[in-house]
Amino acid sequence: MRTLWNKYRYLIFRRATQLSLLLLYFGANAWGWTILMGNLSSSLFLETIPLSDPYAALQMVAAGAVLATDIMVGALIITMFYLLIGGRAFCSWACPVNLVTDAAAILRRKLGIDGISKRQPASRNTRYWVLVLSLIISLMMGVTAFEFISPISMLHRGIVFGLGFGWAAMLIIFLFDLFVLKNGWCGYVCPLGGFYSLVGKVSLIRVHHTMENCTSCMKCKTVCPEQQVLHMIAKESIDVLSGECTNCARCIEVCDDDALSFSIRKLVKNKKSGE
Amino acid sequence: MQATPNKMENRAVSDRRKFILKMARSAGIAALGGFVWSAYVDEVTASQLLLRPPGAIKEEDFLKTCIKCGLCVEACPYNTLLLAKPGDNKPMGTPYFIPRDIPCYMCPDIPCVPICPSGALDEASVTTNGVLDIKVAEMGLAVIDDENCIAFWGIQCDACYRACPILGEAISVEYKKNERTGKHAFLTPVVHANACTGCGLCEKACVTEKAAIFVLPREVAMGRVGDHYIKGWDKKDEKRLEKASEIKSTTEISKDSAVDSLNSGSGDLY
Repeated sequence: MRTLWNKYRYLIFRRATQLSLLLLYFGANAWGWTILMGNLSSSLFLETIPLSDPYAALQMVAAGAVLATDIMVGALIITMFYLLIGGRAFCSWACPVNLVTDAAAILRRKLGIDGISKRQPASRNTRYWVLVLSLIISLMMGVTAFEFISPISMLHRGIVFGLGFGWAAMLIIFLFDLFVLKNGWCGYVCPLGGFYSLVGKVSLIRVHHTMENCTSCMKCKTVCPEQQVLHMIAKESIDVLSGECTNCARCIEVCDDDALSFSIRKLVKNKKSGE
Repeated sequence: MQATPNKMENRAVSDRRKFILKMARSAGIAALGGFVWSAYVDEVTASQLLLRPPGAIKEEDFLKTCIKCGLCVEACPYNTLLLAKPGDNKPMGTPYFIPRDIPCYMCPDIPCVPICPSGALDEASVTTNGVLDIKVAEMGLAVIDDENCIAFWGIQCDACYRACPILGEAISVEYKKNERTGKHAFLTPVVHANACTGCGLCEKACVTEKAAIFVLPREVAMGRVGDHYIKGWDKKDEKRLEKASEIKSTTEISKDSAVDSLNSGSGDLY
């Protein structure tokens, strides 16, 4: 039992966070709860604090809209949170699409698809291209380009306000991740993930690797949705500093040797140990 | 000895080529993706037959300003407002309403507007003298199909007139003699654009199978006179002259002066 808890504690936390966010939003629309109203694009916390998607705000600016104070303040709060504290935690702790893509990733491992197609014929940088493209299209067409196709808002709005054909988009992402590209949507395509990768570059919460404990079993790399961020495994005792790490903590859980843990980024370099 | 630098050179070229090819390929994929993406966005935002919540700014600005959070939808006590879902063929995630299903009941405190965080629903546009005023909202305009409105057949029906929350101002009833019978009257509804908010209570109340009075966005339902015609007797309308712009059209016959081209007799004016 204890090991089970150790193996899944963060996963349980994450699912609980994701689901309770959904429940709060759903309750606001269905039963008039006022804790968290709106959706992930923009919300109102306790009827006073605005929270807004900074990437949506960025597209609005590109499209030529005048940003209202609420949106500006809301986007700033969210940006500061991920910039200073959370890193790219949005993707694994708040985003509902994570449930879909994680399911695909698990099934992919169970079916042994990872073993059959080892080569990933795509670049992780695609998301930054999509990010730039979304801003260019927003600029040219005068609309918030990604917000009109975003499967994230589609699913989230769908759960809160009614799904429509949104399930088809989820199915496509699921099948894409399952058969076409491992962690394809979240790890290669999604511009919101790209945005938070950039925002989360300098945040405080980091996964730390302790090389001395590592037995090179590579379980962490198997389970990590952004394997490239774990380049230091069995090589160096450092923090996972890439902004692309979603702080999902799966690597910490699967490690049997205590070689990975959450830590706070060291702001002042330790001169003695040369870190 | 010479083979080594040659080999080096070849490799350098090949690296550069690889890089250029990679960039070209990425640009190509981006262009293809961008094309499909913008075509879709263009298509989905082209829909004009959409009724927005009260206070909505111009559709063009609305599409870039609305953040699609659904707070207006949650604020509406009558479940009038909907968020466009995939498959609705409407700009996804933006709020709208279908009056024949649930019209806007014109709450005096307009809960859907002040809650809007983005300014896509503009409080100032539904405010008169510092007080929220739903009667100045311009969600749309009711239009009557007089072929299928039974009042125009001579059957007495004033369902829309009675349903109208600005009864007598937005819809009035006109009396006319029914020449067909010679002894009855037509009592036909007339919509007044200056008072109608487009709430759609009339459309909801209409007794015909498909409503003979229905709300259209004002952009769709109304024409535009342009600067050529001004009501000289109307002080407010005369103000339009201040912003009037000259429109010059040049055709084959406008090369000469009007008299010359009419008198030349050489060409066909049509």
